[in-house]
Parts: sequence; C-alpha cells; structure tokens
Amino acid sequence: MPLNAPDTPQTGVRLTPEQERKRRARNVAIGLAIGFFAILFYAITVVKLGPGVLSGGM
Amino acid sequence: MSYVENHESSLSAGVSSAEPRDFIALLKPRVMSLVVLTALAGLVAAPTHMHPFLGFVSLLAIAVGAGASGALNMWYDADIDAIMTRTRTRPIPGGRVTRAEALAFGLLLSGLSVFTLGLVSNWLAASLLAFTIFFYVVVYSMWLKRSTPQNIVIGGAAGAFPPMVGYAAATGSITFESILLFAIIFMWTPPHFWALALVKSGDYEKAGIPMMPNVKGPDHTRLEILLYSIVVAPLGVTPWLFGFASIVYGALAFVGGIAFLYFAWNVYRIREGDQADKAAKSLFGFSILYLFVLFVTIVVENGVVPTILSMWTK
Repeated sequence: MPLNAPDTPQTGVRLTPEQERKRRARNVAIGLAIGFFAILFYAITVVKLGPGVLSGGM
Repeated sequence: MSYVENHESSLSAGVSSAEPRDFIALLKPRVMSLVVLTALAGLVAAPTHMHPFLGFVSLLAIAVGAGASGALNMWYDADIDAIMTRTRTRPIPGGRVTRAEALAFGLLLSGLSVFTLGLVSNWLAASLLAFTIFFYVVVYSMWLKRSTPQNIVIGGAAGAFPPMVGYAAATGSITFESILLFAIIFMWTPPHFWALALVKSGDYEKAGIPMMPNVKGPDHTRLEILLYSIVVAPLGVTPWLFGFASIVYGALAFVGGIAFLYFAWNVYRIREGDQADKAAKSLFGFSILYLFVLFVTIVVENGVVPTILSMWTK
C-alpha cells in the first residue's frame, strides 16, 4: 500500500501554519547562506590563484 | 514560561520555532560591529598590503568568529540570561531558539570562520581567531564569569584580540604595534564594564554573578575604575608616541583620555542617588565613543586617506 494513500490517517508532528512559515524562512536563509558561500569561495579561488586559474593548465 | 519549559516543549515536539532573525540575534550584532572596527584597524595598520577582497573576507571571517562565540556564550549562559532584565529577551530565554540549536549554530560558525580565515590569509591569524573563541567561551563564559570578580578583567582579553587577528591576517605575524592595540582594549574593558555593573548590580546579584560591585562593593569598584582609567588614558596615546599613528590621532587620544578621566573621576566622586547612576551611565556611554574614535582614526589615516591619495596621484 502506498505511504500517502488518501485514506491513511496522518501520524507524527503536524506543523501549524506559523511553524510552517518559520521553517520556510529558515530554509530560505540556509539556501541563501550556502549560495553566498559558493560564490564567496569561487571568488576567493580566482583572486588567490589569479586569472591563470581560468586558462585550465595544470 | 521559563527557557527550560520552552526548551523542553520544543524538543518534545521536535519542531523549531526559530526564525532567521533569532539566529542573527545569537551573533550579538552590536558586539560584532565593534569587533569589525577594531579588526579593520589592525588590518589597515599593518605595514603590508593585502588584496582588498581578501581583506574583506578576512574581516567577514573574524566577524563571524566573534558572532559564533556570542552564540556559544548564549548557549552556556541561558540560565542566567533568563534571570537578568538586560538579557531575558535573548533568543534562548525568550523561548525562540533551543540551546541545542544555539550550540550547533555556534560550533558550525566557529569552524567555518577559522577555516575560511586560514585559507584566505594565514594559519597564524586563524589560530588566533580560534584561541579568541576558545578564550571567550571556555575561559570567560564557562570558568571566570561565575567564579571571580576579576572575570571581565581577564575575560576582556577575548574582546581585545580582534585587532591582533586583523594585523596577523595582513602580516602573518604578531608585533609590538598589534600588542599595543590589544593592550588599549584590554585596559579599557574593566572601567567600561564596571560602569555598567554599578548600575545593573541588582541584576548581577540576582543571577549570582560575582561582579566587582557585588563582591567588593560599589566604592571599591569606583576606585578600580579610576585606577584603570589612569592607565588607559596615556596608553591610548602611545600609538602616536611610538610613531604608529599621526599627530591627529595623538591629539584625539589625548583629549579623549582627559575626558575619560573626567568621567571616571565623576564616578569616583558621586556615590549616592540618581546622580551616581547618571555618572556611571555617562562613563559607560563615553567609553564606547572613546574607543570608537580611536579606532576609526586609525582606520581613516591608515586605510581611507592613503587610498584617496593614491587615487589622486594616479
């Protein structure tokens, strides 16, 4: 039987709309922080290694 | 509802009720801003040139490291924060963040900030940042704060390290100049915090924190404030005396030092009633302005003015 069958009663923690809003806000913040770090470390790499990093030679 | 009940109810439901702004509050943004300023002063006072972008990332790492130690401090001190009026609305006693969340957040940011600073600048600066976090959380928060009235004297070292970290990030070394910047903040901390403790002594008493006014009494605290101020006023001028700063800095530090002594003398002299509280609050407020002016001057004459001059002569 599939887990999400329509007649299966829901168990576990049910989030209130307020909790869902806060969780979403936390997720967006974590996503933005990870994106910021990715861009930051890319920029650090380019600045530290210089433009030669883009030429591809090892 | 106490922080413990909140903490338990959040844990039993397994649901966090924290918002991003609560995690930002864990970083103590106002303390962070002073850390950024003093670390920037150390960075620009260094005789070596650092790439502006790498300098910016180094500052960011130092700021995040300071914020991480703030989060770890709030994790450890949640019980006493819930008692004191000044701190009882903080995210953990306010019931918005659990202690486990604050601990995880603080540890993650500590590791990340030290690692980033090491990669961007050098591992001496990263080690100093790691030591600063360790000193603030373990030596000050866990050990000294609840055990001795000298807590903020020794613990003040944690707040004095940022210019040394900034200087080390730029040069890879510790020199007399950076130790001087450390010494100014180190000696400034006791009169600054004791001025606040004189006004908030009831709060500290309730929380069982052995601050100087509660243990040795307000009069002894006033004497110590005056003695430390007598040391910090001339110490503030020494960067000019040793040739690390201009005459403009020297003049500002001299006038600021005289004013610092004036406010400290008022705290020593006026001991009763509202006027005594007012004198302590005035010293507390002026001490922030004093440190701000000294370090902004260092930043302007070592960072801003040379940049403008180099653009002008091109």
